[in-house]
Amino acid sequence: MQDEPTPPELTKSVADFLRNDIAPLISGHQAFKLRVAINMLDLVTRQLTLEEGSDAAEVTRLRALLGTDGSVTELNRVLSERIAKGEIDLATPGLAEHLWQTTMDKLAIDQPNYASYKRELSRDG
Amino acid sequence: MIEAELSRSVVRWCNGATGATRAAKLSGGASQETWRFDIVHPDGPIGAILRRAPKGYGAAPTRAAGLEAEAQLMQLAYEAGVPSPRVMHVLVPEDDLGTGFIMQRIEGETIARKILRDDAFAAARPLLARQIGGVLAGLHRLPLSKLPELRHMTATKEISEFERDYRGLNWPKPVFELALRWLRDNDPGPSAEETLVHGDFRNGNLIIGSDGIRAVLDWELAHLGDPMEDLGWVCVNSWRFGEIDKPVGGFGSREEMFAGYEAAGRKVDVARVKFWEVMGTLRWGIMCGGMMQRFREGPDHSMERAMIGRRASETEIDLLRLLVPRGS
Repeated sequence: MQDEPTPPELTKSVADFLRNDIAPLISGHQAFKLRVAINMLDLVTRQLTLEEGSDAAEVTRLRALLGTDGSVTELNRVLSERIAKGEIDLATPGLAEHLWQTTMDKLAIDQPNYASYKRELSRDG
Repeated sequence: MIEAELSRSVVRWCNGATGATRAAKLSGGASQETWRFDIVHPDGPIGAILRRAPKGYGAAPTRAAGLEAEAQLMQLAYEAGVPSPRVMHVLVPEDDLGTGFIMQRIEGETIARKILRDDAFAAARPLLARQIGGVLAGLHRLPLSKLPELRHMTATKEISEFERDYRGLNWPKPVFELALRWLRDNDPGPSAEETLVHGDFRNGNLIIGSDGIRAVLDWELAHLGDPMEDLGWVCVNSWRFGEIDKPVGGFGSREEMFAGYEAAGRKVDVARVKFWEVMGTLRWGIMCGGMMQRFREGPDHSMERAMIGRRASETEIDLLRLLVPRGS
């Protein structure tokens, strides 16, 4: 067991420093690059916080859908192959719901401000 | 300095010109660069743009039409009244600038978010969807006999190419698999009519002024194929930049674009446009994957490229919204 603060607490602290203390000092292309860097750290922070839970739920859904076990990557490979072969399609119970949930969980990490995601999130709420 | 070569070049073909000044690189990849500069002229400076592959970078990527074809297409478009810069000079070996061309610089904005949000474009915005229809109609009417050598593409060929690119990434993505299946099941077959297709006609590749569209840029993916491809690509959600209820580039409705297209004397096939929008959404998603791969393996280790790799999921949600809409 590692000591604390946790990784997402550390990355968040770096991102906050860059955002609050450094960003106001620079301009032009370097400022643009800094914004990209801050976005990147924010993404890493979200992933460190959310990934474990969403991956576990994804594996549970994939096991039920595929009737087989494996890591999240292995199960995604199996699902991809079965869709490619036409063995699983939108008529398969649970596929649509699984793909929607998985995709929403990815957007929550990758791009929570993406307009399509916010629209779909408001549907859930 | 590039200004020395540009100066020697412009005095040869631009009547009265005495040199070139204020050269600045606007963008540049490994094989292609864009520069802005002014031609020094007794009547006042003439704004110009250089598009070139530097010496030693002759080979264009397989899908690109090549700079020479791009110059011919822009000039043809200009002559046909499609908003396009006038091509002033195609580079020759004695220019010592590599291969490419020099064109007139058109003032205006290309950055999509500014066009969608700045007050300067408030009057133009409601006109743009319909204008896009008219411009695409003009582009699709360019005479085939005058076009340079271009790839012939069909939906079937494009699906195969994207599938190959996607499999090459070795990146299992169930939503992309679903989209590939959908595309195969809904492949409309070859278009009855083959025309010039711009190939990258979208918000971001247009110069917009307060009066509307001033120029169509980035002709490097031009090919021959189904004209509905351009109408579908301009609607891909990624090019709406947040204005998701205005499918045509974030500017307006499909119906407005279709009206502009048909007013210019051409027919719209709505089902084909939808097919190409799905194809385009997957295309951008696979391109995001390509960015990830180039970031990981290639010389471009930039943060921007890495972050574009993490935008593939945007196309996954958009594919689901197209193919498996919820609450409908």
